[in-house]
Amino acid sequence: MRFDTKIRFDFVNNRKKFFIGSIALTLVGIISLLLMSMNFGVDFKAGTNMDIAVGKQLSQQEANQIFESVGISSATTTIGGAGDRVSARFNDVLAQNQITSIQNAFKEKYGDDVSTEVNVVTPDMAKEMGINSIYAVLIASVAMMLYVIIRFDWRSAVAANVAILYDAFVVIAIFSIFRLEVDLTFIAAVLTTIGYSINDKIVILDRIRENLRFGQYKNNEQLASLVNQSVWQTMARNIYTVLAVVIIAVALLVLGSESIRLFSLAMLIGLISGAYSSICITSPLWYVLKSKEKRKSAVKPTTSAS
Amino acid sequence: MLKKRIVAFLTIVIVLFGVVAWTSPTIVKDVKLGLDLKGGFEVLYEAEPLEGGEAVTKESLKETARNLETRIDKLGVEEPEITTEGSNRIRVKLAGAENEEEIKEKLGKPVNLTFRGPDGKIELDGSDFKQNGAGVGYDNLGNPFVTIELNNAKKFEEITTRLIGQSLSIYLDEDLLSSPGVNYAIPGGSAQITGDYTVEEAKSLRDTINLGALPLKLNEKYTQSVGAKLGMDSLERTITAGAIGTVIILIALIALFRIPGVVASITLITYTWLLLVVFNLMNATLTLPGIAAFALGIGMAVDANIIMYERIKEEIRSGKSLMSSLKAGSKNSMRTIMDANITSILSMIVLYYIGQGAVRGFALMMIFSILLSIVTNIFFSRFLIMLIIKSNMFTKPSYYGVKEDEIRAL
Repeated sequence: MRFDTKIRFDFVNNRKKFFIGSIALTLVGIISLLLMSMNFGVDFKAGTNMDIAVGKQLSQQEANQIFESVGISSATTTIGGAGDRVSARFNDVLAQNQITSIQNAFKEKYGDDVSTEVNVVTPDMAKEMGINSIYAVLIASVAMMLYVIIRFDWRSAVAANVAILYDAFVVIAIFSIFRLEVDLTFIAAVLTTIGYSINDKIVILDRIRENLRFGQYKNNEQLASLVNQSVWQTMARNIYTVLAVVIIAVALLVLGSESIRLFSLAMLIGLISGAYSSICITSPLWYVLKSKEKRKSAVKPTTSAS
Repeated sequence: MLKKRIVAFLTIVIVLFGVVAWTSPTIVKDVKLGLDLKGGFEVLYEAEPLEGGEAVTKESLKETARNLETRIDKLGVEEPEITTEGSNRIRVKLAGAENEEEIKEKLGKPVNLTFRGPDGKIELDGSDFKQNGAGVGYDNLGNPFVTIELNNAKKFEEITTRLIGQSLSIYLDEDLLSSPGVNYAIPGGSAQITGDYTVEEAKSLRDTINLGALPLKLNEKYTQSVGAKLGMDSLERTITAGAIGTVIILIALIALFRIPGVVASITLITYTWLLLVVFNLMNATLTLPGIAAFALGIGMAVDANIIMYERIKEEIRSGKSLMSSLKAGSKNSMRTIMDANITSILSMIVLYYIGQGAVRGFALMMIFSILLSIVTNIFFSRFLIMLIIKSNMFTKPSYYGVKEDEIRAL
């Protein structure tokens, strides 16, 4: 269609830098996962989690004293919110009467404004949730891959899926490296990343498909140029869209409640990685796959779309 | 003729916003809040037979769930959500419930089936019945009756001999279920209970007796409890965050896309309202991850608008008339948007079927938002912008965020 789009940066020919950079990050992530695993919350690691809002300022020491006063010393506590909130992790499954005595101890000291959130997960349940989540991610990506194969072709499906799994992994890797806690909503965030990231990839692949219908290419330079143009033609949309979602994710991160803060952070990482990988991974990777294709003639009919 | 279009546009927008403003307070009030927003608690139980023996059957699991529901009703907790999961699990969600300890204690007790004489004396209990021995039969007229089998024929014969002409009442916990009379002494260890039962009632009595014979023990596998104050706090902050994010986006849309940006804002507001309406109609429960999905849905809806308007801008730049730019732009962008949305829906459907608890709520919300987004942000948006372009009142490319010098002559 328009073959005079200004190419401000050649993504295809700089692909090696992106590929190496992304592979490096992936390796760092794998090493981090192997060495430190993830900082699993109670959802994936049996135990008890208590989130206590006391309505007044308190120090970690004060909180620990209260736990010890009711005979529980194995708590890992952190002070959050505006210094008026305690998060405590116990590796044991606390009984209801233990939980009640903790709540009462806090109420005694800080008044009836104390409000708590408690999660208790038994070991087999934790394991089941973890396995369940991995299945969910794999099955979801297979479903999306099949759809892309049907609507586009296998090259697009591979190029998109490699990048999507990379995005999901980046979120996991960063959470592992920075020791951020992983709970059940983290899975929702990773899956949203996948769902959103595929949007980006489809927009670019769709433009490539459209440009292929209008323009014919004779050699790999022209193919590279076609991919670059497709990327730049959709650049405005990609940036605007990512900004729109990033605004929401940042708002939730900064202003949202404690319980969805990490969820928003995971989503934010995923969104940014998704935008990057659409442009810097999917498009060049598609080019690499396509340029290896043996052309029967100079004119290549492409899959037509309705 | 042309004026008519703009009048039509304004009428639609004014009526729409009127309806939105008028109904919103009620709609927002009607939204059912999950326990993470309202306070309350959730328990996932795994059931196992009290005394080893046979595996948990589907009937006994359902019967146990029904029994939990009656117990909760009696404690005065509103709208309990009790669902069975898999072959041996029961999930109980009690939003707004406060006396957690008391409720949990009552729920955890196994059922207690008793047959009592007229004086209230317990004659038989669950352990006197053969496991899975109760059944439903039909007489010649097709009326259902319940058959029971007992472990100790002698004991039953003795009781029925003693109580001839009196009643032997069936209790589950302290609830009287049925009060059949004893007509004659029954030897052999099996009996029929006839009465004015419907088929449903007979089946329910059968399940109750079978459950009584083999009561299930409920083990807590997962519990989550949220204090009411903490929940409200989360709700307020999350809604504020979502609202601020949305307002920033609306302003940015109008700045970038001008007229189409205004249309996008209108459709986005409509979309948000519609999503809440549908949500209420489905009687779904709003949870914290659900709100996050809601906010994200808005982001994706914005995306649908941006894809279309960017495309229209491109078409205008290529020198086409406004009308043909709109047509080409919305046609070309439709395919992209559809492909993108369908893949997202696919991943959410997977999440819904595989996920548990909060994740399910998230996936469901996402599916709704994507479907509604297609309706409002593609079709409705296109319809509104068509009215504006046809009115011929906004013809300058700058109204659409395109600079004159960017346009190439055809």
